[in-house]
Amino acid sequence: MENLIECKDIVKIFRGRGIGGASRGFKAVDGISISIKKTGSYGLVGESGCGKTSFARSILYLDPPSSGKIIYDGTELGALSRKELRGFRKRMQIVFQDPNSALNPKMNIHDSMSEGLINRKVPEADRVKRIKELLELVGISYSYRNRYPHEFSGGQKQRIVIARALTMDPDFIVLDEPVSNLDVSIQAQIINLLSDLKKEFSLTYMFISHDLNLVSYMCDTIGVMFKGRIVEEAPSELLVSDPRHPYTRRLLASIPGGAQRSGAEDMTADEESVETLATRVASRHKEAQGVKACPYYSFCPLGDGECVSSAPMLRDIDGGHVVPSGHKVSCHKV
Amino acid sequence: MMAENQALLKVENLGVCFTHGAMEAHALRGIDLSFYREEIHGLVGESGSGKTVTSTCIIGLLPSPPGKYTSGRILFNGVNLLGLSQAQMRTYRGRKIAMVFQEPSKYLNPAFKIGEQITEMLRLHLNMGKEQARERAKELLGLVGLGKDGRVLDSYPHELSGGMKQRAMIAIAISCNPEFLIADEPTTALDVTLQLQILSLIKKLKDLLGMGVLFISHDLGVVKEVADRVSVIYAGRIVETSTKGKLFDNPLHPYTKLLMLSIPDARRRGQRLATIPGRVPDADATPSGCAFHPRCPLADDRCKTENPELKEKENGHAAACHHAGESWKI
Repeated sequence: MENLIECKDIVKIFRGRGIGGASRGFKAVDGISISIKKTGSYGLVGESGCGKTSFARSILYLDPPSSGKIIYDGTELGALSRKELRGFRKRMQIVFQDPNSALNPKMNIHDSMSEGLINRKVPEADRVKRIKELLELVGISYSYRNRYPHEFSGGQKQRIVIARALTMDPDFIVLDEPVSNLDVSIQAQIINLLSDLKKEFSLTYMFISHDLNLVSYMCDTIGVMFKGRIVEEAPSELLVSDPRHPYTRRLLASIPGGAQRSGAEDMTADEESVETLATRVASRHKEAQGVKACPYYSFCPLGDGECVSSAPMLRDIDGGHVVPSGHKVSCHKV
Repeated sequence: MMAENQALLKVENLGVCFTHGAMEAHALRGIDLSFYREEIHGLVGESGSGKTVTSTCIIGLLPSPPGKYTSGRILFNGVNLLGLSQAQMRTYRGRKIAMVFQEPSKYLNPAFKIGEQITEMLRLHLNMGKEQARERAKELLGLVGLGKDGRVLDSYPHELSGGMKQRAMIAIAISCNPEFLIADEPTTALDVTLQLQILSLIKKLKDLLGMGVLFISHDLGVVKEVADRVSVIYAGRIVETSTKGKLFDNPLHPYTKLLMLSIPDARRRGQRLATIPGRVPDADATPSGCAFHPRCPLADDRCKTENPELKEKENGHAAACHHAGESWKI
C-alpha cells in the first residue's frame, strides 16, 4: 500500500542557554526515518522523555524539524510556503492526552468546535450541520452544544476533542496518549470509538503511548523509541512475540501482570542495588562520552566494545521469512 | 484463611459523607476490609470510587469538615482508631501506620536534604540522637536500594530521579518499622521499567518487616503483580474480595469481569473491547439498589431496588451481587 507519510532522517534540536549564557542544544529527535501507510496505524512507544511527542510535533510541522524531510502524500512539507502549509494543516490533526487543557474553559463546545471551520470560512449552516453530525457520532448529544467543558466528564471531554479534530476532515491524526488520563472503564469506550472512526473515515493514525499492551492492540506497526531514536520497528504481532532489541525486551517484561513476565533476562535491577546499577550506568556513560556509542549502551546487559565504538543503524533483519517481515532493529548484538 | 481475630487492621462498616451546603456526598457506604500481617491487600477502583478516602480514614487525615464518619470503626490491633484524640492518633500515624503517596516530588520537601527528612521521623517518633538517627537513615537507604555509603543522605530531592525519589519516600515511610503501610498509587507517576522495580521493592520490604500493606491502584495489572489479596471498590462499596488467584481466575462480579475484559492487548487485536457503558456515578448521586445496575448487563428489577450484601460465595471469595458468577453474552 502507498505511504501517506515518509519521514527521512528527522532531527529535532532544542536550543537553550545553559548557566552562564553558554549556548547548548538538546537533541530530542536523533535521525528518525519511518513511513506510515495510508489508512494504517503506527504506534510509537517509549518512556517519558524519549522524544515521542517532539517527533510527532515535527511531523505535523508544529515544531518544524531541525533537519530532515517529511513527505506528506507526495509533497515535501519543508519546501512549502507558510500559506501552502496551512492548506496541509487541516489534513493533519492531533489529539492530546489531557482534554482539560485542550478545550478552552471559556468557550462552550459549539464555539470550540466552530473555530477551525470559521477559519476555513465554512458557511454557518454547513458548520452547524457538521458539528451536529460529529457530536452525535462520538456519542455526545447535540443538545449539550451550549455547555462548557467543566460540565462534562473526562471521557466526554476526550470525545469532544476527537470530534473537534474531525471537523477539518483530516486524513491523518496523531493521538498522543489519548486515554492515559481516563478511567479504565472509559478507556475501552474511547478505544472502540477510535477504531470505529478510523474505519468510517479511512483515517491514518499515529498512536503515541507508553502502554505496549494498548499500542499492540491498536496498531499494525510499532516503533520503539529510546533517546530520540527508533531502536526497533516491526509489525505488532512480531514485535510482541519476537522482540529483538534488549530495550524492547525490557519494556515487554515490565508490563505488570503481563504474560511476558517470564524469561526476562535483564530484570535483575530489582535485586541489585539501584546504586550499583547507577554506578555501572555512570561508568559506561563516561566511556561512551565523545564517541559514537550505541545510545542504549549505558543500560544494556549485552553491551561490549563494539557498542562503544560505533552506534548501530536501524537495519532489516530477516526473520527466516521469504517475504521481508519488516522487522528492523538497531543493535549489534541481535 | 487466618482466624478473624488475627487481623492486624480491620475496617468495619465504614461510612463517610462529605457535606457541602445542602449537598451530601456519600463517599463510603459501609465498607469492610481486613488486613493481615505480611500480606499485600490490593484495593482496585476507578477515580471517585472511594479508594483514597479509605486510606485517609485509616491514617486519620480525613478533613473534617467537610468529611464526617457516618458509621463503622477501624480496629488496629483491637484499638478503634476513630475513637482516638488527635494527640493519641499522632502516636500511630507515621510510627505504626505509614503511607507512601503517588507523587514523591509533591511530598518530599525540596528545601531539606533526604537525610534530614528521614532523621526527622526517627528523632520525633523514636527519640533517637543525631548520630544514631543518621546511622539508621543510612541503613534504611541501603534497604530501599539507594546505596549503603549514604551518599543520598546529603542529596536534595531535585538531585534524584523519579524512581529514586519514590525509594526515598519509601525509606521515610518504613523508618519507624511500621506495622501497616498504605501505598496509594505509588507507581502511577513512574515509567513502566521503574514501576516494576518499585513493586518488587514493596514486596521485599513487606516480607522483611512483616508489614500489612494496603496497596491502592486503578490498574488491575499492577495489582495482579503485587497483591496477595484483592478487593474491588465501586461507588463507595466493596463489590468483590478474594485472594488474588481466585479473583483473577474466576471473577464473580460483572464489574470485575468487565474491567478485566476491557484491557487491550495484542491477542485481542481486531476484536472489539468489552466496554462498561456510562461512567462511575458521582458520590452525591449514587443510584438506588445496586449502584452498578445502570451499567450492568445482568441487571433486573431486583437490582434496582435492593442493594446486595457482600456475601461469601466460596471459601474466602465474596461478591456483592444478586447475580454473582452468572455469565452473559458479550
